[in-house]
Amino acid sequence: MSDTTRIGGDVLPARRNGARRERARLVAMALLPVLGAIVLSGLVLLALGVNPVSYYGYVLDRGLLNPYGLQATLTRTGPLLLIAAGLIVAFRAGIWNLGGDGQFLLAAVIVAALGPLLAPALPVWLVLLAGLAVGALVGAAWSVLPALLKAYQGVNEIITTLMMTFLGVSFANVLVKLAFRDPATTVPQTRTLAVADRLPRLFDTTVSSGLLIGLVAIVAVHLLMTRTAFGLKLRIVGANPRAAIHAGLNVPLLTMATFAISAGLAGLAGAVEIMGVQGNVRADWNPAYSLTVVPLVFLARFNGFASIAFVFLFSVLSIGGESAARRTGVPNFFTLVVVAILLIMLGITEYLDQRRRAAGK
Amino acid sequence: MSGLFTEAFLTSLVLGALTAGLPLMLAGLGEQISEKAGVLNIGIEGMMLFGAYLGFLVAYATGSVWLGFLGGGLGGMLVAAPMALFCIRMGLSQIVIGIALTLGAEGLTALLHHFQFAQSYPRLPAVETLAIPGLSAIPVIGPALFDRPPIVYLAVLAVAATAYVFRSTQLGLALQAAGDKPAALDAAGVDVVRVRTFAVFSTGFLAGIGGAFMSQVGAGIFVPFMTNGAGFIGIVLAMQARGRPLWVLAGALLFGACLSATTALQVAGVSIPTDVIQMLPFAAVLMVLVLFGRRASLPPALGTHYVRGAR
Repeated sequence: MSDTTRIGGDVLPARRNGARRERARLVAMALLPVLGAIVLSGLVLLALGVNPVSYYGYVLDRGLLNPYGLQATLTRTGPLLLIAAGLIVAFRAGIWNLGGDGQFLLAAVIVAALGPLLAPALPVWLVLLAGLAVGALVGAAWSVLPALLKAYQGVNEIITTLMMTFLGVSFANVLVKLAFRDPATTVPQTRTLAVADRLPRLFDTTVSSGLLIGLVAIVAVHLLMTRTAFGLKLRIVGANPRAAIHAGLNVPLLTMATFAISAGLAGLAGAVEIMGVQGNVRADWNPAYSLTVVPLVFLARFNGFASIAFVFLFSVLSIGGESAARRTGVPNFFTLVVVAILLIMLGITEYLDQRRRAAGK
Repeated sequence: MSGLFTEAFLTSLVLGALTAGLPLMLAGLGEQISEKAGVLNIGIEGMMLFGAYLGFLVAYATGSVWLGFLGGGLGGMLVAAPMALFCIRMGLSQIVIGIALTLGAEGLTALLHHFQFAQSYPRLPAVETLAIPGLSAIPVIGPALFDRPPIVYLAVLAVAATAYVFRSTQLGLALQAAGDKPAALDAAGVDVVRVRTFAVFSTGFLAGIGGAFMSQVGAGIFVPFMTNGAGFIGIVLAMQARGRPLWVLAGALLFGACLSATTALQVAGVSIPTDVIQMLPFAAVLMVLVLFGRRASLPPALGTHYVRGAR
């Protein structure tokens, strides 16, 4: 239990007899906001004249219980885990990389353009490796400007990464419509990567091996941040940049490294989404995963293993919600409302917990 | 390219800069009040969007432009209320709650729009303009700047009023102190929480009107996600203006000109994909940050929660 990082408040060392209670408290603090969000967003559904029980039942059936739904959910989990891994690195280092959507989308577009070009000339495994590497590089490249501004000018990275996202989403559209457009289609989109050239599927299912990449990445990031000297340095920078300078750490360089890893993972997610799921990028496609993963990482208190659980839960909600949109007429935007309520519930739980602990001291 | 400097082109450029810049200006002005008081208001995008929705709804239901703008302002304040409660009173992370409010407003307005207007897509009639006698007869600038809906003049007056409040009133001093050294304000007997709450609601009101301007005057229709980052540009404007409202006005017109270049170029017969044009304002913002980033000064207590007696 050495890594009970919190958004605010101090970390008390759990005494041996209090360890179990401490763990129960952490679980409760993660589950209560989820329950609260489900109940409150159910009330929103009621207000819109939709039966929440049948809606959630349908979402659960299509996202988790139905085998095709479950496979789609697991496939969706892969890229989301990569994004979550990127956010964990940044947030633990105290850097607000909110530009994941631009990094993801640009990487996706470049990989989508490159894949079908390389596929006829190279063996499949080499194309896939190249695609993953290029995706990570493009993502990282799109964060260089915010990283430089933050590291050497002290410009607030929330603003710069958000600006880069807006810029990147438009730029991705320009690339799809002008540079990488498939001449054979009327709707602007990139050439499609043949199914044979995509990331292999796991066993006899339709689950993309992107899931494995995501799982490996998030576990690796968790270990990197909690078990290595490099991770410790990043956490010191995150906890107190001034103390980090006095400790002799090269804070600007560590900031640059954090941005590169975080954005690189977001770009990798884009590559995995294209080579594992989509096969091409249509104009104006933007799933905007990154901002919706932010609250999940918070719920998990930047813990990699807990993030896996929450990302899976969100995938169920989002895959089930997409089916439900067609059936029940509740558009997908509802997921945004759930995520927003979840964030606010998370904050309230945190607040109540702090007050309870302050009262108990 | 022959028609690039005709009167029609120039008029549409100035007019477009004003129409696109005014919401940015209101957002920047609102954000400036929050930042001055030490609140980094990331939820402003959501406040604008909800203002755009509610302003459109009220104007559509009542047929009154003025009630529409009032509805927009109230819509922005509705989103500001949770911000005030959670961040100012309870001390939750301003960034987390700000993101939540923006996401929530995006989802909620898109949902409501889906259930109410997705079939019909109703439009509002064009907003009536008020020509200022004399000034509106000037070629190019006259029709573009002095024959506008009255709300435009009011918004510019709001900039002057804010500048006055910042410079010459007790309230302005309290706002400044709440951002610079809240403990000192507290010691002087002024309630920090109350000052910051006032600031956040002012931001919501102004941003909401800015959003309502986009839906009522700019587009004449509400479309989901229509603010498209205008609130975030407002944040940058507020940072670069370093506490001076008049600079927000100037910056907003500059960014407005970038945003409106599409329509102006179309008038001149040049066709560029809209995506290229949409990149312009953000590219401009980043360029400004690269050139002047170091000079963007922010209040020392920005983003921190004030707890009386805490060290």
